[in-house]
Amino acid sequence: MVHIKRIQEEGADIIAVIGEIDASSSIELDLAIAKSVGEGFRKILIDCTGLEYISSAGLGVFMSYIEELRDKSIPMVLFGMKEKVANTFSILGLADLLHIKENKLEAKTLANELSV
Amino acid sequence: MITGKTIIRFTFLGSIIVWLVLLFSDLTILYSDLKGLPSGVPLWLPGLMLDFFIICLFYYYKYKIERDETLNFPDLLWKVFATGLIATVVSLALRLLETLLGTTMLVDPSKETEVSSILFTDFIYQINLALFFSFLISAYSAWKRLILYQKSKWLIRIWRVFEFGLFFILIYDSIQIALPEYLSTSMLVVIGLLVLILSANMRWVAYLNFKQKWTCLLLLLLSFFYLGYFIYTVIRLSELISSQSSSFFDFNSHMFNMALLSFVMVYSIFSFLVILFNLPTSSVFEQKLEEVINFQRISQSIQTEQNEESVYNILLESSVNSVFADAAWLEIQSASDGQKLYTFKISEKESKDIREHLKSHNVKGALEQSSDRTRNLSRHLASLKGSRFRSLLSFPIIVKNETIGTLALLKELPDGFNKEMTRIVSTFANQAGISIENFRLMEEAFQNERYKEELKIAKTVQKSLLPNKLENDPDFEISSFAESADEVGGDYYDTLRISDHEVALIIADVSGKGTTAAFHMSQMKGIFHSLAQLELDPKEFMERANRALAFCLERGSFISATYFVIDTQRKIIRYSRAGHCPVLYHKAEDNTTEYLKDKGAALGMVRTNDYCRLVETRELTYSRGDVMLLYTDGITEAKNSRGDEFGYDRLAEALKMVTDKNAGEIEKYLIDKLYEFSGTKEINDDYTSMTIKFT
Repeated sequence: MVHIKRIQEEGADIIAVIGEIDASSSIELDLAIAKSVGEGFRKILIDCTGLEYISSAGLGVFMSYIEELRDKSIPMVLFGMKEKVANTFSILGLADLLHIKENKLEAKTLANELSV
Repeated sequence: MITGKTIIRFTFLGSIIVWLVLLFSDLTILYSDLKGLPSGVPLWLPGLMLDFFIICLFYYYKYKIERDETLNFPDLLWKVFATGLIATVVSLALRLLETLLGTTMLVDPSKETEVSSILFTDFIYQINLALFFSFLISAYSAWKRLILYQKSKWLIRIWRVFEFGLFFILIYDSIQIALPEYLSTSMLVVIGLLVLILSANMRWVAYLNFKQKWTCLLLLLLSFFYLGYFIYTVIRLSELISSQSSSFFDFNSHMFNMALLSFVMVYSIFSFLVILFNLPTSSVFEQKLEEVINFQRISQSIQTEQNEESVYNILLESSVNSVFADAAWLEIQSASDGQKLYTFKISEKESKDIREHLKSHNVKGALEQSSDRTRNLSRHLASLKGSRFRSLLSFPIIVKNETIGTLALLKELPDGFNKEMTRIVSTFANQAGISIENFRLMEEAFQNERYKEELKIAKTVQKSLLPNKLENDPDFEISSFAESADEVGGDYYDTLRISDHEVALIIADVSGKGTTAAFHMSQMKGIFHSLAQLELDPKEFMERANRALAFCLERGSFISATYFVIDTQRKIIRYSRAGHCPVLYHKAEDNTTEYLKDKGAALGMVRTNDYCRLVETRELTYSRGDVMLLYTDGITEAKNSRGDEFGYDRLAEALKMVTDKNAGEIEKYLIDKLYEFSGTKEINDDYTSMTIKFT
């Protein structure tokens, strides 16, 4: 089960993911990101503070947006990951492909840098 | 075995014989009387024979009419009518003969001719009497069936009493014991009362349709005519004979005849009147019957392999027919097909106009999908100019508490719908909703079944993709374990000998589950077997595999894998990790057990040449006693009842305990530990591992 909340701060869309993302709940994450892109946000931050577990399908969602967001030059920064979740990202090699930061402030700074 | 048919034949034959005896005995008696001679035949014989004749006829018609299940009500009346017709035709023919003969015979005044003329009249009288009785008894049998239609216990009792009473009178008539008059009169009164009570049973009339009622009326009318004719003929003849002979046996005065005749007459008259007065209401009954049939059609449509569309059509048709609507439409909102409109005698434009008109007049909930009540919207129609309709009734179609559509019925008359109609159509609408719900449930069950079947296939495919035998080498031993969860995953491992001193190993995990996972797994197997033979550097292997998979995997899917080449000549392992779980390596030399940390992105994550910089080849030297453990995330992510994961640390700790054992034993120990931790035999994800022990 996953709960997704979206808040807007300083022109960035912050998507907070709370709970566990598995094959079925990954659809919700996919929808949330698609909506954010569709609404024309230029910066997307993913708040992973409340993320307990992510399965390969959930990682696949992030992965599937890498190229699209790069083409549209929309930075997507993930932050606040628990160690276990971060480990999953790094094992799959997604840590090198995604922008992952410790906290929201760092994430915002990076997003601003990237969007310039 | 005596069948109905033999009884019919037997009784028919019996009645003819008995009648012939009756005829000759009667003629003999009459002849002796006229001649003043002592009769050689006992006087009571004709009366007895008549009784037998009546009883034979009674059984004859009992089997012919009463027991014949195939007859419906007009058929029954038709049988009676046909019997009457034959009897009347025969009787009329005799009359014609009599008239022709009479002119020559009766004018002759000589004594001889007079006697023969009376005998001839008696002969004709007997024939007429027999015909009359057969007509009466056939009618009696038919009426019995009509009266006992939808019988009750009491009705059967009354009927039995009546029948027994008739039999009693029949006996009484023939033994000719003079009972006091009041007794015989009271008996007639009782019989008469019974006749009246029985004649009140007219339930069968309600089941006739309009056409059948007319047929029955006509048949009854003709039967009256026959009755009248026979009464007249028999009385005329008997009077003629009794005026000539004193010993003539006049059957008219008999109570039995009177009772039977009055029963047949009374019931015929009652039936006639009841049918006549029922004529105007018969359309209502027919309507009701049609409603029942329509209702059945809706509820049975599911069994006859029809689809939702046919339910809608039946609903529309039935509703229109039941309330005599001039037009109707059915609007269905479905998630898959969007909005659908079924119309009856109304163009889509007209219906659209009405809907828009109601919308513009802000009629809340009228034809909206959210409406859950039947509504009479006639008054809103009055304000719509140019529409021929003046009454409108709308019903929601509800499936699983959700309104999926609206049925609208229209009439050109103002106030065209009454409460009764509303009730009927709402029943139809409800039943249609139930039928559709059933359809959907069935469809779901089919889908589930199909999905299960698919999973079964996927599982078989997955199993067949894993190797039966692993490569062995004097330098190392390999043991593998694979246990899949109910839901098919995509774990894959394999080995391939490249040359006499090189062996390739792979372990991979396909993202996703089910058929797609099994499918991607087979692609991975193909890639492994074709690329490994090329003796590629592990990094090169991953790059090529990624390029190949870029076109096979759909968006969001990827495969994590680790590819090894063990060179037994140089005692080195060269490997490349593409997003797969890190290898757990025990080095015997320093007695260390650790995960090999390195970089590497999963296959299919980046589908361009950029992937080259995301993977690398690593090399390590092995020596005797080293253990290499390959596994998939199903093992590290296995949870116990408290939700804790088995994790990397527990796995490493477990391996440390058994590094001196052989590959098979190490594996068994690890798997046992895993099951012990999770505390259940049921697993959520595939457990796959490959243990390599260097010797």
